[in-house]
Amino acid sequence: MSEEKKIAAAELLIECRKLQATYDYLPFMTAIDYPEKNIIELVYRLQSTATNETLMLKVELPRDKAEVSSLISVWPAADWHEREVYDMFGVKFIGHPDLRRILLPPDWQGYPLLKDYTDPNMIKKPVTI
Amino acid sequence: MDVAKDLFRYLEKIPGGQLIITSTDAIFNWGRANSLWYMLFGLKCCAIEGIMAAGASRFDLDRFGMIFRASPRQSDLMIVAGTVTAKMAPRLKKLYEQMSEPRYVLAMGSCAITGGAFYYDSYSAVKGVDNLIPVDVYVPGCPPRPEAVIEGFMKLQAKIKKESILKR
Ligand code: SF4
Repeated sequence: MSEEKKIAAAELLIECRKLQATYDYLPFMTAIDYPEKNIIELVYRLQSTATNETLMLKVELPRDKAEVSSLISVWPAADWHEREVYDMFGVKFIGHPDLRRILLPPDWQGYPLLKDYTDPNMIKKPVTI
Repeated sequence: MDVAKDLFRYLEKIPGGQLIITSTDAIFNWGRANSLWYMLFGLKCCAIEGIMAAGASRFDLDRFGMIFRASPRQSDLMIVAGTVTAKMAPRLKKLYEQMSEPRYVLAMGSCAITGGAFYYDSYSAVKGVDNLIPVDVYVPGCPPRPEAVIEGFMKLQAKIKKESILKR
């Protein structure tokens, strides 16, 4: 089981610089959209290659102003993960050198993993009881 | 197949003329149906069954004269095996356009036919490859077994044998 830790978005970069000494590896990061709480939660998983310890880092961002500092300067592996989160959730990573869409076509409108995303090509699943 | 015997079935006169062209058709179709070189177009899980398993020695597509080509310019058949996404759609169209006539398309699996499991609530899946390019044979299943795909090839061969160079 891994530990869990919540930190404020403003302290993320400073906190991670400290954590880097223990956790030298960032296997993945992702995001979850909670429209009812009006937040987007970023989840970072950190791992230490020396001791195999892991840590789950969680950051909550307001949905209407989802901005956070990029962690590329701490773990370069964050590069493509952050691009994916930007692609799917529209979270802006401040300080990211190349924040473009990574999976969807460059001219795509909207962020499809947000729960309220709709698209003219999307067919709603009919509700069956 | 005994071609000489088969040719006789195709003999037919053009009304008012003396030329017999259907025998040419028979030879062309015989050649086309028995050398369907297919393009590798594996997009998802269906590729494992339809292209890799069916092409390997157990099911052995070579006995139908089917060899895989990695270039659209050398292939006659495109097996669309898997989900076509919105980003892949223009590339699929472009590859189809690069294939030389006569060209055939086999839509394999429910994903390629209708979007399959990704029909509802999907922002990226194309709902059926026939929205993009004309399809000759549909092989349903998720994924279809290699036997089903081979049945599809035989259906396609039967279709090719009925064609005429005049109509194409
Ligand atoms: S039809 Fe099924 S097996 Fe084939 S690509 Fe779609 S999900 Fe995969």
